[in-house]
Amino acid sequence: MNVILIAVIVLGVVGLVSAVVLFLASKKFAVWEDPRIQQVSEVLPQANCGGCGYPGCSGFASACVKAAESGSLSDLNCAPGGQAVMEQVAGILGLKASAAAPKVAVVRCQGTCDVRPHGVEFDGVHSCKIQNMTGMGETQCLYGCLGEGDCAAACLFGAIKVNPATRIAEVDESKCTGCGACAKSCPRGIIELIPQGPKNRKVVVLCNNKDKGALATKECKVSCIGCGKCVKVCDKFEAITLGTNLAHIDPDKCKMCRKCEEACPRGAIKAFNFPPRKPKTETAPVASAAAPKAEAPVAKAPVASKPEAPVVKEAPAPVAPVVEKKVETPKDNETAV
Amino acid sequence: MKTFRIGGVHPAENKLSAGSPIREAALPKQAIFSMFQHIGAPAKPVVKKGDVVKVGTLLGEAGGFVSAPIYSSVSGKVSKVDVALDASDTRRMAVYVDVEGDEWEESIDRTPDLVRLEDRPDLDAQTIVEKIKQAGIVGMGGATFPCHVKLCPPPGQKAECVIINAVECEPYLTSDHSLMLEKADEILVGVSLIMKAVNVDRAYIGIENNKPDAIKLMQEKAKAYPQIEIVPLKVQYPQGGEKQLIDAVIGRQVPAPPAIPISVGAVVQNVGTAFAIYEAVMKNKPLISRIITVTGKSVKNPSNLLARLGTPFSQLIDECGGLPADTGKIIGGGPMMGKALISLDIPMTKGSSGLLVMNEKEARRTAPEACIRCAKCVSVCPMGLEPYLLAKISSQYMWEEAEKEDIVSCIECGSCAFTCPSHRPLLDNIRLGKSTVMGIIRERAAKK
Repeated sequence: MNVILIAVIVLGVVGLVSAVVLFLASKKFAVWEDPRIQQVSEVLPQANCGGCGYPGCSGFASACVKAAESGSLSDLNCAPGGQAVMEQVAGILGLKASAAAPKVAVVRCQGTCDVRPHGVEFDGVHSCKIQNMTGMGETQCLYGCLGEGDCAAACLFGAIKVNPATRIAEVDESKCTGCGACAKSCPRGIIELIPQGPKNRKVVVLCNNKDKGALATKECKVSCIGCGKCVKVCDKFEAITLGTNLAHIDPDKCKMCRKCEEACPRGAIKAFNFPPRKPKTETAPVASAAAPKAEAPVAKAPVASKPEAPVVKEAPAPVAPVVEKKVETPKDNETAV
Repeated sequence: MKTFRIGGVHPAENKLSAGSPIREAALPKQAIFSMFQHIGAPAKPVVKKGDVVKVGTLLGEAGGFVSAPIYSSVSGKVSKVDVALDASDTRRMAVYVDVEGDEWEESIDRTPDLVRLEDRPDLDAQTIVEKIKQAGIVGMGGATFPCHVKLCPPPGQKAECVIINAVECEPYLTSDHSLMLEKADEILVGVSLIMKAVNVDRAYIGIENNKPDAIKLMQEKAKAYPQIEIVPLKVQYPQGGEKQLIDAVIGRQVPAPPAIPISVGAVVQNVGTAFAIYEAVMKNKPLISRIITVTGKSVKNPSNLLARLGTPFSQLIDECGGLPADTGKIIGGGPMMGKALISLDIPMTKGSSGLLVMNEKEARRTAPEACIRCAKCVSVCPMGLEPYLLAKISSQYMWEEAEKEDIVSCIECGSCAFTCPSHRPLLDNIRLGKSTVMGIIRERAAKK
């Protein structure tokens, strides 16, 4: 009886002393965490994609709370959550969400097996980064999609996949959150994030080839050769700039008139999610003025591909060779000048 | 018999072209001179379309200190200065020359007479290094590091000996072997020149003992040079690696980067470089040609060709009996460290030591299986690294860990992938990790 009593008393005293020590320690060494971090964290999608530039959703949450002290959330955006989540976050922090245009990834390469033949076979590790290190890769184009799927592996939402038939990565816009993980994973920098656009419509130069015209023509049948025809037709809006033998459309300035798409002798510019064109009447003169010889095939190309799908898909295979051959001479001269 | 201490493998030697005499390859119709024939800054073209050039005319000047000039190896007219596919499998700046005749610059001494060091008492160390620099000589073993840079030790470091790399540890290749058999005297003069340039009185020529005829001949000839010692070495890959060779010959180990061979007092040069130095200094001949082994099990006539730089590989293969029908892969260099080529129009460069044609069966990689943790890769790694781990962390993009595991020390010899019983592509992943980590380190240094 005595033994039990002693044990209970000793343990009781030890427990009491420990409790006091722990109580004092918890007061003394307490780390205060803003409860709002937890609240913000809860509304985030918890995808931990890193698209915001912070290490995971909790990192983003603390960044939001920190930014709230300075009074603005304008530099922060949760891509997968989109505007709705940002508004919730702003509500918790007592601020207004800035209207960030939702973005979507676009693969700037149309070099399918038909238009850009795979001359050699890469037998190494199936990774774009590793294939890119070996030089040109399987095709003659140093800038195009390698098709090994580093982007697909990086995407947490299953929004980008390599089409085994074309060996080009394709974006499923309905799933894409615009987090940018794919763009970071691409060793050739082909994937670009652009605003979703009204009704998901956008006009993009689907090529990344920076070689001179003559070479670019040999490498791929749908390459941008830097001829500048699109720049000329866009003189009103000045949305298109010519980099190193490569045109680029500024999505903020683009008015979606699609004139550049018609003017491109190579079919390198593509309009996404537009309704099929009406039979040509008024736009015809523009096309013929730009490239009289190329008129017929160019007019055909977009129409043929339009009803298919919103995704980067095929360049019309049977028509393409004709386009290329007919246009080759005039544009070569132009680039030489 | 001596060899290096850590790791190493012994792949089948397959020296098919051993003993075949050096044959001069025909002049090409068009020669293409890449401006990227060496490590370091690319050369800058100094000719333009329409210029008439002779053999030995300067085409591109050195783009910096770690760079080398490029000379025409043919006479004719410059047809264009444009990008061309080169042995790196990318398109880079190059000079195209349409060949007409074979006219040489008059300053080049084309007589075959041997000029000994005693015949030229006017040469001092500085003149020799300057001539080497002007001649555009780079490491001829395949690494193509500009030669004069190695001969100018950084301040505070002094060379104690010269080591000549004549091991030719890559399977199939025999270009150095044939060079030793035919140009032994010239090589020894070249070695004396290197010794004079770095002011040392000791040189070793390391030769693997699968070349007994070369060892015997060199020993015979070296009797006249008491300062030069021929060191027979046990056959072991990658003995031609600079650090491995220093360990094998003088038993010193080069510490991890940033230490370089000169830190342990050694200047290592390839035997082909020694020959090129002889020609440059004594004959005033810039680096315009080299010996290349064209070989492969299906090649009709594996040979050692003396070919002008800029000759397209397709022509070299034609000289050796044409492209076999069952070709699966063509490799620039040897089978262990060489690089598969995507086209035969690629021209040969200063670093082209071999051209290996593999048949379809040899070319195909075996499908990789799971790592069985046998650690064979660890035991064969000549740098004492853990290849399985480096490959794993590289494939998961864990660059910080890769840097901690010393991935930059990897010499990319491929012993790990060669020995792996599961055929894992270890080196592919390690290369990715190494190049990324080196990029990160360079970026960090630039920020400071």
